[in-house]
Amino acid sequence: MTYLFETDDHTALRAQARRFAERHITPFALEWEEAGEFPRALYRLAAEAGVLGVGYPEAYGGSGGDISHALVVAEEMVLVGKSVGTVVGLGSHGIALPPILAAGTEDQKQRYAGPILRGELVSALAVTEAGGGSDVASLATRAERNNDSYLVDGSKMFITSGTRAEIITTAVRTGGPGHGGISMLVIDRRESEVAVSRKLKKMGWWASDTAELSFAETRVPIVNLLGNEGEGFLIAMRNFATERIFLAGNCVAIAELAYREALAYARERNAFGKKLTAFQVTRHKLADMATRIAAARALTSEVVVRHVREEPVTSLAAMAKNTATDMCSFVCDQAVQIFGGYGYMRESVVERLYRDARLYPIGGGTREIMNEVISKLEGF
Amino acid sequence: MKILVPLKQVADPDNANKIKVTAGKIDTTGLAFKPNPFDEYAVETALRLTENAANTKARLGEVVVVAFGTKDVDVMLRGALATGADRAIRVDATDDALDGDLVARALKAIVEKEAPDLVLLGKQQVEGDSNQVGQLLAEYLGWPQATFAGSIKSEADKALVVSREVDGGTLNLKVTLPAVVSVDLRIVNPHGVKSMHTAAAHAYPEGVRFAALMAIMAAKKKPFAEMKITDLVSDASLKVTYGSAELPPARKAGIKVKTVAELVEKLKTEAKVL
Repeated sequence: MTYLFETDDHTALRAQARRFAERHITPFALEWEEAGEFPRALYRLAAEAGVLGVGYPEAYGGSGGDISHALVVAEEMVLVGKSVGTVVGLGSHGIALPPILAAGTEDQKQRYAGPILRGELVSALAVTEAGGGSDVASLATRAERNNDSYLVDGSKMFITSGTRAEIITTAVRTGGPGHGGISMLVIDRRESEVAVSRKLKKMGWWASDTAELSFAETRVPIVNLLGNEGEGFLIAMRNFATERIFLAGNCVAIAELAYREALAYARERNAFGKKLTAFQVTRHKLADMATRIAAARALTSEVVVRHVREEPVTSLAAMAKNTATDMCSFVCDQAVQIFGGYGYMRESVVERLYRDARLYPIGGGTREIMNEVISKLEGF
Repeated sequence: MKILVPLKQVADPDNANKIKVTAGKIDTTGLAFKPNPFDEYAVETALRLTENAANTKARLGEVVVVAFGTKDVDVMLRGALATGADRAIRVDATDDALDGDLVARALKAIVEKEAPDLVLLGKQQVEGDSNQVGQLLAEYLGWPQATFAGSIKSEADKALVVSREVDGGTLNLKVTLPAVVSVDLRIVNPHGVKSMHTAAAHAYPEGVRFAALMAIMAAKKKPFAEMKITDLVSDASLKVTYGSAELPPARKAGIKVKTVAELVEKLKTEAKVL
């Protein structure tokens, strides 16, 4: 099934993304997942194929289109490439770049967007710290003014593409406590030293590198400040809805893949002299999976359309994320169950998806924070 | 150079196991369709011949794509336009009312109208593997032909040196334009196509190019003509009709042998390969 909002353009774009993934991801998916990394060259290949810049304006080197286009590209790459880690690593600019485009000066946009969207530079967003994830307002990494620079001290946790990103959109504290004291800096590793304290080992998303970063009097030119001092929290917040829509879309894609894998297996696998699909219990499992995917896809589709229409979607995006993450965890669990012992083996795709799925109720705002967002906006 | 590229949509070869045969006829319901890969190579070849690789946006020739089919093939034609082809023509027809000869005759009428310098085709389509249209068309037009091109070098857009892969080596032949050329897989290698417009040392990415989103959107504004097959030929009768189709027999379960000696014995007496 596809999203209700899809037009011929989306169909044609899916075909391109499919071709890209078939050629450049699928043959290496398992190898990259096991290695915990995919080759850097993939960014440039993705840019050349026109899949990296979808959803970004042409004026800054993007391919045009909106979030609806970006969502189907990501879905197709997951469905065909079968390496969620690769797709999310390749897409780390999806959270790192929008703050630059939304709050940056023309010079900042030109300096970073082009090279990132051409696949020459890797980018990452660094907000979370060891001491708090969703609790952004309490972040502790400090940036002190020193002539025409900031000196940054502190550390950042769980940073996707953090080991090799040159451009790190970083939330720092320039003022007093609370969210009013937070600013957003673009830290360019080619001019500022950022240490990788650890390359983190994760439950899922293996092919995407994740790092803990540390800053020790890291000198960052003052011209790298996005917007004004104290606007960091707002800049980060503005991107939350888009990020949550993306994560919901990821979940739909992962679940769709798990469902397809499970269905294909159930049609082939014999037990007690019959195909698995000949058992009502299997058919009903598959029916439940398909139903929940369709429901989450419909809600995600609705929030995408409203977002493109520029309606406020903060609450609906949180609802879509929770719906999609719950659905994805359920579907991947059922897929592993249908695969039985083979579903517990690293050789099966569903084993990997089951691990990947567990991130989504945590990353990009936890399930609990989503409910807080909804509660606040619904005015309970 | 003006190039005409005929395209065909085929059942996705990856879905071959889903093909059903009902009452001697192939049932295509539920099958996924995609452009014939060799035809995609022909489009890529045509684009490489009509551009400077250093600036692919400035077209240095014209590529017209044509397909026979229902509206279902529009997506394939639009795809070709998105990757860079300039115009598309769809000749309304259904597959069961076509054969290689009729397609070649209809193409001849299009060639007479469009007057291209070159007709570039895939060497064959991967469904029926008939491998007829290019050769028949060259014959009907009285044009020189080169089939199974593994590489093409354009000589000032007046003639083409075509390398054909044959057993034990390559056979190079020169055709004076206008001509009919069919292409093989290797034509989309980084150095498969050379023209006077692109630096000789230029290496193309392996394979067929991708279409960016803006190109996909812009393709909708490119000229797209529709015609009926009867606009092109007065006699639309077929020379080849298919009687019936049947699936290969289901594979029988294998056997397990206990020892190498037993295996050798069975290879000798049953399989008779030793």
